[in-house]
Amino acid sequence: MGIGPALAVSGLYKRYGDLVAVDGVSFEVSEGEFFGILGPNGAGKTTTLEIAEGLREPDAGSVRLLGEAPWPRNLALLPRIGVQLQASAFFERLTAREQLETFGALYGVGSARVGEMLELVGLSDKASTPEAKLSGGQRQRLSIACALVHDPDVVFLDEPTAALDPQARRNLWDVLREVQARGKTIVYTTHYLDEAEVLCDRVAIMDHGRILALDAPARLVRDLDAATRVILERGVLPAEQARVLPGADSVTEDEQSLTISTRTAAPLLSALAERGTLGGLQVRTATLEDVFLDLTGREYRA
Amino acid sequence: MTVTESPAENRTAPAVAPSASFRALSTAMFKGFIRDKATLFFTFLFPLMFLVIFGLIFADAGESKPKIGVVGEGPVITALDRSGVAELERLDSPAEAERQVREGDLPAYVTQNGDTVTLRYAASDQNQAGTVLGLVNGIVSQANVAATGQPPTFTLNAAQVEDESLEAIQYMAPGFLSWAVAIAAVFGAALTFVNWRKKQVLRRLRLAPVRPVTVLTSRVVVSLGVAVLQFGVFLGVALLPMFGLQLTGQWWLAIPLLVLGTLAFFSIGMLVGAFCKTEEAASGVANLITLPMAFLSGAFFPTESMPGWLQDVSWVLPMRHLNEGMLDVMVRGQGVEALLVPALVLIGFTAVVGLVAAKIFRWED
Ligand SMILES: Nc1ncnc2c1ncn2[C@@H]1O[C@H](COP(=O)(O)OP(=O)(O)OP(=O)(O)O)[C@@H](O)[C@H]1O
Ligand SMILES: [Mg+2]
Repeated sequence: MGIGPALAVSGLYKRYGDLVAVDGVSFEVSEGEFFGILGPNGAGKTTTLEIAEGLREPDAGSVRLLGEAPWPRNLALLPRIGVQLQASAFFERLTAREQLETFGALYGVGSARVGEMLELVGLSDKASTPEAKLSGGQRQRLSIACALVHDPDVVFLDEPTAALDPQARRNLWDVLREVQARGKTIVYTTHYLDEAEVLCDRVAIMDHGRILALDAPARLVRDLDAATRVILERGVLPAEQARVLPGADSVTEDEQSLTISTRTAAPLLSALAERGTLGGLQVRTATLEDVFLDLTGREYRA
Repeated sequence: MTVTESPAENRTAPAVAPSASFRALSTAMFKGFIRDKATLFFTFLFPLMFLVIFGLIFADAGESKPKIGVVGEGPVITALDRSGVAELERLDSPAEAERQVREGDLPAYVTQNGDTVTLRYAASDQNQAGTVLGLVNGIVSQANVAATGQPPTFTLNAAQVEDESLEAIQYMAPGFLSWAVAIAAVFGAALTFVNWRKKQVLRRLRLAPVRPVTVLTSRVVVSLGVAVLQFGVFLGVALLPMFGLQLTGQWWLAIPLLVLGTLAFFSIGMLVGAFCKTEEAASGVANLITLPMAFLSGAFFPTESMPGWLQDVSWVLPMRHLNEGMLDVMVRGQGVEALLVPALVLIGFTAVVGLVAAKIFRWED
């Protein structure tokens, strides 16, 4: 198609009473891109996403989704987008398979595809379990399957990995990467900074309804120009000796560990090796978490 | 040179036939309905329980023929027997009969000895005694007229207004059925909409390429199916010999009436569902509407026992028209003409309430 981005929002503004939930948000997501929105509770991620999907009307600003306006309800657009809402929505007293069949039928999808989807999210053995009897993570996976059942061009996922165990989370990563590999666009929210680093082409970091930073995760981290931290077990090396090591910028100590910050890790590490103090050593380079800390002055707590 | 244009990708989404969405949604809702034991209970067993209890209480209220003891034989006793207005109990001796009457086992006894007919009754039950006295007196008079060989000067032609066999069940079955269908439709619609809004199903459906009218009609169809099932179950029970419902002529005209009644009460349910935020509130309000309406509409007791002005007022209620129409076609032997007024009222009611409900409809809280 190639006419413009898959999603373009500009100047979005939404308030609930006195509370400004979204305060001038603009961004574009190109076709085939994996785009993440990150931020703490109440940052405005869900509100932004729901405005983009056409589920809410912004007080100001505009949305173009696949070149069209999603609000008011645009029936022509709906088959091309897939949405997993933050709170999963299911019909009462239907099994996992029946939920998928019902949602699939709304898009003209046959039941062969339903089996595939159950397989894809690892729920084949739960096909005939009533939705209410699924675990939180299983329900989440079913909800994602319902969003993907009609093979949409743009997928919106609101905290898809929230309730998942580590294994299910990895599996879902694979599913999402595979969806992206088929040229689909993914817009998703998450609290996991590490996950966003792994999955996203670009991330927007939101807080208090505003986008604080928007770039590829690696670029954000690089631009931060943050120190690398070398962490040693406490007692291996006295703090005063650590301070005089080559490349050591600062040294902090707590009950368990001694942390040396450095911008030139190589000489520091070789100096430590000479002293034979590499046992239990950890090297931490800056992450999105540090970016968040830097942007907001607050520790990131999801 | 020819240039073959290969479409980069077919971007037009496959058109989904509304019938496929409709089928999928009604199937989903019907499954949800039959898997909910509480709803099944309140839809079928609960109203049926009322029918059975009241049916048993009033089982022989309709055939309260007085019992009369008889001793001996004679034209008057034979005439009494043939008239069928009283249940005769043959006794061996006047002494035995006297004892039974004294002990209250029988309200009265009759003996005929030649031309003399003796009636002895217990005054303790004034009502019964009056009835028996009147009955026997009538028979004796007829026998007297017959004995003169002259045709009677005056003849009284008396017959009951209702079907001869009108018993309590005749009244109760259509009434309880009207009520059952009404509550099923109101609760079905109200609880579905509240639940869907609360569980975000409506928001999710809003994101699927399905038209609101498809969603609505698929739920209406489930309610209509439920009403027809209720009709079958109710008739099945009421027609059992122990209850003895007797349907008249075109009883099946009740089905179009039930369909219209379901639509009217479904629209009430939609209104309730649009207002209420929780299921508890919705069922409270639905009860508040349907229960007084059932009493006022004569679904449980005949409206004749109500004061006149209240009877007049009751005609604004859709259940009154539904109930009246049901009685007309199911047990009063009336035909399709009896449907006209109830049908018009119910259709008008559905249109007005449905429109209001659609106006205040919300996708989410
Ligand atoms: N329907 C609503 N009515 C009133 N306030 C709302 C509503 N929805 C959201 N808010 C408020 O808007 C703000 C942003 O909410 P939003 O759901 O977008 O946050 P979020 O970033 O998705 O948070 P979370 O990580 O907890 O999902 C919050 O302060 C919330 O209280
Ligand atoms: Mg959210």
